[in-house]
Amino acid sequence: MILSRKTAKDLETAQIGAEIEGRSLWADARIRFFRNRAAVGGMVILILVGLFAAFGQYIAPWSNEEVDWAVLGNVDTMGRPSIASGHYFGTDELGRDLFARTIQGTQISLMVGLIGALIAVFVGTIYGATAGYYGGRVDNVMMRIVDVLLAIPYMFVLILLLVVFGRSVLMLFVGIGLISWLDMARIARGQTLSIKNKEFVEAAHAIGVRPGTIIRRHIVPNLLGVVIVYATLLVPSMIIYESFISFLGLGVQEPATSWGALISEGAKQMQYGTLWMLLFPLFFFVITLFAFFFVGDGLRDALDPKDR
Amino acid sequence: MLSYITRRLAIAIPTLLILVVFSYLIMYAAPGGPFDMERTLPPEVMANLNAKYGLDQPLIVQMWNYVYNVVVHFDFGPSFMYKDQTVNDIIAQGFPVTLTYGFWSFVVAVVVGMSLGITAAIYHNSWLDYLAVGISIGAQVLPNFVMAPILVLVFTLWLGWLPGGGWQGGQWEYIIMPVIALSTSFMASIARLTRSSMLEVLNANYIRTARAKGLPMRRVIFRHALKPALLPVVSYLGPAFVAMITGSVVVDMYFSTGGIGVFFVNSALNRDYSVIMGITILTGALTILFNLAVDIIYAWIDPKIRY
Amino acid sequence: MNLKAMLTLTAATAVLATASLAEGTHPVTGEKLSDNQTFTYRLLDQFPTLDPQLNEETAGSHVIRDLFEGLMIQDADGNLIPGVAESYEATNGNMTYTFHLRDAKWSNGDPVTAQDFVYAWQRAANPETASPYAWYVELTSMVNAKEIVAGEKDPSELGVKAIDDKTLEVQLTQPLPYFPAMTTYATLSPVHQATVEEFGAKWTDPENMVNNGAYNLTAMVLNEYHTREKSDTYWNADSVIIEKTTGYVINDVNQALTRYKAGEIDHLEPLPPGQYPALKEEMPDEASSVPRLCSYYYAFNLRPDAKPEIQDPRVRRALTLAIDRDVIVNQILKGGQWPAYNFAHLKTAGFEMPEIDFANMTQAERDAEAKKLMEESGVTDLELKLIYNTSESHKQIATIVSQMWKQKLGVSTTLENMEWKTYLNVRRDGQFDVARSAWCADYNEASTFLDLLTTTHGSNDGKFSNAEYDELMTASKTSDNPNEMYTKAEQIVADESAIAPIYHYANTFLLSSDIKGWPYNNAENNWYSKDFYRVAE
Repeated sequence: MILSRKTAKDLETAQIGAEIEGRSLWADARIRFFRNRAAVGGMVILILVGLFAAFGQYIAPWSNEEVDWAVLGNVDTMGRPSIASGHYFGTDELGRDLFARTIQGTQISLMVGLIGALIAVFVGTIYGATAGYYGGRVDNVMMRIVDVLLAIPYMFVLILLLVVFGRSVLMLFVGIGLISWLDMARIARGQTLSIKNKEFVEAAHAIGVRPGTIIRRHIVPNLLGVVIVYATLLVPSMIIYESFISFLGLGVQEPATSWGALISEGAKQMQYGTLWMLLFPLFFFVITLFAFFFVGDGLRDALDPKDR
Repeated sequence: MLSYITRRLAIAIPTLLILVVFSYLIMYAAPGGPFDMERTLPPEVMANLNAKYGLDQPLIVQMWNYVYNVVVHFDFGPSFMYKDQTVNDIIAQGFPVTLTYGFWSFVVAVVVGMSLGITAAIYHNSWLDYLAVGISIGAQVLPNFVMAPILVLVFTLWLGWLPGGGWQGGQWEYIIMPVIALSTSFMASIARLTRSSMLEVLNANYIRTARAKGLPMRRVIFRHALKPALLPVVSYLGPAFVAMITGSVVVDMYFSTGGIGVFFVNSALNRDYSVIMGITILTGALTILFNLAVDIIYAWIDPKIRY
Repeated sequence: MNLKAMLTLTAATAVLATASLAEGTHPVTGEKLSDNQTFTYRLLDQFPTLDPQLNEETAGSHVIRDLFEGLMIQDADGNLIPGVAESYEATNGNMTYTFHLRDAKWSNGDPVTAQDFVYAWQRAANPETASPYAWYVELTSMVNAKEIVAGEKDPSELGVKAIDDKTLEVQLTQPLPYFPAMTTYATLSPVHQATVEEFGAKWTDPENMVNNGAYNLTAMVLNEYHTREKSDTYWNADSVIIEKTTGYVINDVNQALTRYKAGEIDHLEPLPPGQYPALKEEMPDEASSVPRLCSYYYAFNLRPDAKPEIQDPRVRRALTLAIDRDVIVNQILKGGQWPAYNFAHLKTAGFEMPEIDFANMTQAERDAEAKKLMEESGVTDLELKLIYNTSESHKQIATIVSQMWKQKLGVSTTLENMEWKTYLNVRRDGQFDVARSAWCADYNEASTFLDLLTTTHGSNDGKFSNAEYDELMTASKTSDNPNEMYTKAEQIVADESAIAPIYHYANTFLLSSDIKGWPYNNAENNWYSKDFYRVAE
């Protein structure tokens, strides 16, 4: 989250699409986005990685947990990437197919990234919008709570949580999501403050619509632009955190795996002539993060024209 | 301004208290205790240990004693695991180490990151820009637990230039690799931030006016563009510095620097309650302090901000 | 220290001193000694304490053996040799021991007396010290030890007393022929009373510590390194060749290997999992594998409320048979470990390996029998929860075993990787079907393993219970020929499939080829820096 705290600050006050008339805001943004080559390239990569994660297992001759007994014990020679043996990416140190494991790791890592970001979006937006809409004392208390939580060394807390409650994908989601909504709440609040004095909100208020409904029907939809941008930039941070957690050995349970787990296992083996164990997962990790950053930057530029 | 600072500091106290209670409860809920080991200890031995470290008291009494000792005597208690050490000893030894390489990483990240970012912005859309952006994203996404072993392979084993680990009181040759491993991802963030805010400033009307008046580019950038462009970077520095301290886990594990990161992970795994508490409180306090310091600096640079 | 001071005096004397050292040869073997008499080694983790009475693990024990000398010590083959005690006699049917102390000195010049031992041993048992190794004092069966630890008697009533400054008398509650061997362990090392009382917990700091071993602690930085340098006050200082030993804490084993290859450390143990054969080929003079008295096994949960299927001995035997230990030992661990079909390590002193029927089958025969047993038992769709603690090789073995069970018996296994303390807790509470376990010898005798499976043993986490087995182990304590009983006990373990033994440990390590004197034949892997020397290349 700190990776994008500046972005967060910007977004709190961003004037997304406010001054544009005529064409719909979204259509306009779409045109701007598609003019950005890096962003489009990133989009294509993300789609490809997504397809790989979703359908890769149908072309993998091996499953992610099956041990190739012929390879076990001689991984450095027999476990090399090869089309003939069906191990397109080679095997890991136990003779399990790295292609299948990379696919499965991709699923987990993307899921952690996306769901982590979703939790942040969901909790953060509602919390921030509520605080911003009610204002006054409610706002004060709610935002002080956020300030307090922001002062907690979150990585330490996450480690503690995983130690105490045992490792599981669910715990990872909860842990990462719990921490990530804080900045989102601040952004959403900042935006809400500027929206809530708009005529359509006052009109709704005047005809007696209940506050919950106003927040849900009028405020939140207008926050979407900012939220999407921030969420896109949040996903890569989530994936990076997950890899760090896996490095500490607190990641998902075997035989399931993740990019972080695969990379850290590969990195341990890098001196022993089995470099493919590091390079294949690292390749997917790196291109996906690149892509997310490009798409995130592209979206921000497209939705917030003041930069250009 | 003064009242703002007071208010922020006033929040710090309940924050730290919440942190203490929260960490204590988590530790209490954690399965296993500091004295569990492969061999099940006879009950009488376990009882002696619990009595010595006060674990036979009710939770609320333990917590009260802890807070009392911390507040009144500034005593964080004895370590449950390192039986010859107190938490104060451990922090006094590990924290300066972390602070030293954290500081240098910080300097490197800021200097290199800003240079990269400014270069990229000035030569916007040229190959230099793409190179700088490529380097910075690359540096951001390469995990430091991959980079650390590569560094040691290259600089220690193949080139023989640097020792493969240790700290030795902070001699320069021991600092280099930890700093590289720790600073890269922050350098990358700073570069990306600087680039985008610099671009924004360079497109602003007053800069265009300055250019139109015929001022040389160099002068425009250093006299007019730099200060406003760096504002957002400043706001990033507080959290970044604290994140470097928490990110020291990998550095300590790979380079045997003996910093605070490895103590934290080990104490969490070994249920060394007092050390976990000590380090959590320390980093919590630092987070609050740095965020405050950055906000003050920010307000001082940016005349638009009023509290 | 004198030599070191001389070396730094002036360039001229430095040259002289170096010259005289360079001419040095080993007094016994006559090998030419190197100018550089230092030894550096890697520690996986920081040891928790250097207080001999509080110590509870191996890394600290290695250091304490250099700093403190007990009554007896071990030679390179693991034989008992005199330490501070010149001699001892056992009387009263091995229930009274009298040790005669030599003229040894503490590092501050004070003489080492029998009272120092009395103080240290009382301190180990004292509840206020709260030593996690107080049970070791109980294990020595010294008179009143158990009552003192439990707080029922005063520490001064411990069955040890100083007859005079040089004579120590120990009273035991039962005959214990191996009591002198137990005095080699850190817990029974002497400590300097005045120092301990003056500095409290900080007495082990380098600037405070007073010790009686061959080395003095000269630097200590947690999680980084410590150094110990030759002591002039050691009674046998003349025979000590290594001037300085340094231990570096290097958490990551691959990183440690890189630093070994870069020449930063002389000794690295253990080697990265699975890398022994490659390293042996690369550095044949440096890589070694020696037995280590630990056994690796999978414990079945035999609590009455545990999964009913695994209460059936046929199912347990099928699971045991289906594990191909040769694959684990030769293709995963690859470090000279032995496939295990029984519990006690095969290199345990005096242990006679029983005839275990399935040890001599081929794996194909085992698999066939395993399938047959599973069918006979009528158990289908068995689902097991296998717990292990976080570690690369535990993970690998668990993965492979689960695949063997799945492919051969159709048993599906859920792997649960837990960090150490959680794992201990879960295992103790019996929340598992199968638990990865290991046991290391406290002393070089088979009962250290076999006692674990008695009904009342605190670490019998599978809760195996067999009356005949318990009787055999009780009888072995007073028997003249305990090995006979150990063999029978092992037979019961095999017949009942009480556990699934997997392998017997070996220690793999790298040692610089110019360091000599390593105790390759000490089965307990205890080493003393004073026995090493570095030869000139």
